Amino acid sequence: MFDLRRLFGGQKGSKTRAKERLQLILVHDRSSLSPELIDLIKSRIIDVLSEFVEIDEKGLAVELEHSEEAAALITNIPIKAVRRNGGMRSARN
Amino acid sequence: MGKAIVITSGKGGVGKTTTTANLGAGLAALGQRVALVDADIGLRNLDLFMGLENRVVYHLVDVVEGRTTWKKALVRDKRLENLVLLPSAQARDKDAVSPRQMQQLVQEIKQEYDFVLLDCPAGIEGGFKNAIAGADQAIVVVNPEVSSVRDADRVIGLLEAEEIGGISLIVNRLKPSMVKRGEMLAIKDIVDLLAIDLLGIVPEDEGIIIASNRGEPISLDQNTKAGQAFRNISRRLLGDDIPFIDWQDDDSFFSRLKKLFGVGS
Repeated sequence: MFDLRRLFGGQKGSKTRAKERLQLILVHDRSSLSPELIDLIKSRIIDVLSEFVEIDEKGLAVELEHSEEAAALITNIPIKAVRRNGGMRSARN
Repeated sequence: MGKAIVITSGKGGVGKTTTTANLGAGLAALGQRVALVDADIGLRNLDLFMGLENRVVYHLVDVVEGRTTWKKALVRDKRLENLVLLPSAQARDKDAVSPRQMQQLVQEIKQEYDFVLLDCPAGIEGGFKNAIAGADQAIVVVNPEVSSVRDADRVIGLLEAEEIGGISLIVNRLKPSMVKRGEMLAIKDIVDLLAIDLLGIVPEDEGIIIASNRGEPISLDQNTKAGQAFRNISRRLLGDDIPFIDWQDDDSFFSRLKKLFGVGS
């Protein structure tokens, strides 16, 4: 009960360590994307871009990359052709 | 039309079944019509916590496969007349039921009961998907411990993806003396990390094991801390504004309670 190290050394209880670890773990866990979510992102990208360009849907890749400080969504979208009307359909209304 | 609430956690052994049994008994004691559904196919436990194991005739898979109706499969509680249990199958595979079948079944039960509480299996696979399929709301049970918090966070993400409205948190097995010494995550830490609404705090209580030995939900026992906690949560589910008990102050709380009833010092 009477922890001298903590009384004199100012050492924190293990709760602080637990909280710090969880903060990092949860940030990492939350930033990873499930396969279903990647598929959803892909289909939305296709929906939006198809209005302007013809996309090679099979070649479309979406990946999440982690570095030390940040996460980035990297996409590679092969284009087959640019639509002749250049997406002017959306400007009609 | 009643409300279906799934009790889930991701991690095993944090108190999902205990919570389901106790909120069921707590709500029924408040006059609600409650149906408990054991959605843990293959590992039947909820009947044990309720002390109803000898009354089980049919189970969930019998209902889904059409061998009986859900009404005939219900087991009536011994103590509370408006409380029933739909037991799970013990010797069957999780894949015996589909999310669509569960959704349909829960929808039917909701027509006749105020609350349908679904006891979810551990994990995030098929059994989890079945258990949450028919749920309107979710209660996530967590222990003040690193792995439990991490798993709860994962489950919350999955529940949000399924667009289950109203996800709330119960912190179970809190040890106030450890929190006081700075050796256990406090309620505020857990709520900050998981960022969902707090529904209740249940302190660690030996009475839980004693109650499960006897097959009697602790929420019906007026003299235990955990029982008090579960009764408070039951009332919050009915919309009552019940303040959270500061369990850190538990000694004085219980001495006050004892004084109130003239027991002991």
